[in-house]
Amino acid sequence: MLEKFRGVGQVAIDPIHQFQVQKWLDLGTFGNQHLYFTNATGFMLLSSALIVLLFGYAASRGKIVPSRIQSIGELGYGFIADMIRSIAGEEGLKFFPFVFTLFFFIFAANVLGLVPYAFTTTSHIAVTLPLALLVISVVIIYGFYKNGFRFLKLFMPSGAPWWVYFLLIPIEVISFLVRPLTLSLRLFGNMLAGHIVLKLFAGFAVSLFAAGGMYILLAPLAFVMGVVMNALEFLVAGLQAYIFAMLTCVYINDALHPAH
Amino acid sequence: MTLIAIAAETAAQHGSEGGAFPPFDPWHFPSQIFFLTIIFTALYLLLSRFILPRLGGVLEHRESTIANNLDEAARMNDQAVEAQNAVAVSIAQAQANARETAGKARLKIDQSIAIETAKIDAELDTKLSNAEARISDLRDEAMKNVESIATDAASNILAKFDTNAPKADIGNAVKSALVGS
Amino acid sequence: MDGNIVEGLKLVGAGLAAIGMNGAAIGVGRIFASYIEAAMRNPSAAPSQTGNLFVGMALAEAMGIFSLVIAMIILFG
Repeated sequence: MLEKFRGVGQVAIDPIHQFQVQKWLDLGTFGNQHLYFTNATGFMLLSSALIVLLFGYAASRGKIVPSRIQSIGELGYGFIADMIRSIAGEEGLKFFPFVFTLFFFIFAANVLGLVPYAFTTTSHIAVTLPLALLVISVVIIYGFYKNGFRFLKLFMPSGAPWWVYFLLIPIEVISFLVRPLTLSLRLFGNMLAGHIVLKLFAGFAVSLFAAGGMYILLAPLAFVMGVVMNALEFLVAGLQAYIFAMLTCVYINDALHPAH
Repeated sequence: MTLIAIAAETAAQHGSEGGAFPPFDPWHFPSQIFFLTIIFTALYLLLSRFILPRLGGVLEHRESTIANNLDEAARMNDQAVEAQNAVAVSIAQAQANARETAGKARLKIDQSIAIETAKIDAELDTKLSNAEARISDLRDEAMKNVESIATDAASNILAKFDTNAPKADIGNAVKSALVGS
Repeated sequence: MDGNIVEGLKLVGAGLAAIGMNGAAIGVGRIFASYIEAAMRNPSAAPSQTGNLFVGMALAEAMGIFSLVIAMIILFG
């Protein structure tokens, strides 16, 4: 039976294959690191280009009564601005371009990854961890720049008896330090798990169909399940970008108002 | 079960290749991070320098246009209200004027009516007094006639009864009877 | 039955690690249940709390993702 499944082809059933990074271009060695232009880079470039195209087009129109694409661009603008305003206040709007770039970079990569045969850039820890580290370093640097050492009040919630601080401060420090890890792993894990599930159901449909006999009756079920999962993944793609941007706003709010 | 077996097998295969799971495979980390830095920075600069200010400018421009238009509308509304008030004032003035004119006309007419009435009253008064004088003259005359007729009648009646009385006595008796009646 | 016993135990370990996702599932379910319950009581206050809803969901979900990543590391690492 295993042979039967295997006979269909390794590619269809292997859900991990989609995460394989392929070397497209060898760029040579810099220092002691060898750099490649990979399919991951290609799709990252493509998603960024799509963002620039969409918003560049929307911004270039600049009509009082907006066209459809212009309204989409303006909707995105207002969405991010409202999110920052509601979480970090008017002061947080200094970070508007940063949060905007972050959100749409992740959102475009997530959505582009849902296209069959496309590569999901955000399903790699090598992409999400630097992004999360960038967020946290922005928060730490800006927090110290704006508040000086009062930024450390972030680890000392007010209104607790003094002996609780022995317990509280380590917990707060750890929960702060673990933020880049949770931030990056959440995005990475969601994308990874979601795409594995997608490919599993698609692979199921193909292999059940190829297995013949009674299995053919089960194949449409797997296919429908795959379609449903695809819809769910669209939701997750948006939601994860939203959560990433939103948590960035929350952390920026901590940097703006450390004494909470 | 089959799937797990296949997964285990592919895992074993990947393991034997010495890289295993692609996201944890370190050979592409430098290039991933390098290109992420470049692309993200480029995207950030493009968006923050060129695109977002223009997009924000368009939104602001629209808001200010809308605000201006609303201001304009409010101003025009104010003007309309003012004009309405002016119309109301002039209408009130016109009404007052009309009332005044009407009052003057009525006064004039009243005066003329009074004059006419007085004139006619006077005329009627004179006519009435003339008539009354004539009536009293006629009555006096009539009364004189009554006396002479009554005296004549009384003397005639006395003659029938063959009694004579002086005319003066009869006259007196009649006069006193008339006065008594 | 042939094969490497270490490979087999890896699968068992990965499966055990993935049990941790139960907690995330329960947590996320509870968050949404409480949110909807509260939103039914006071619908006018619900939109202001969607941000908190997603932050809470993200925090609860992160734990499940951790166990998934651990499972992946065991399986493929």
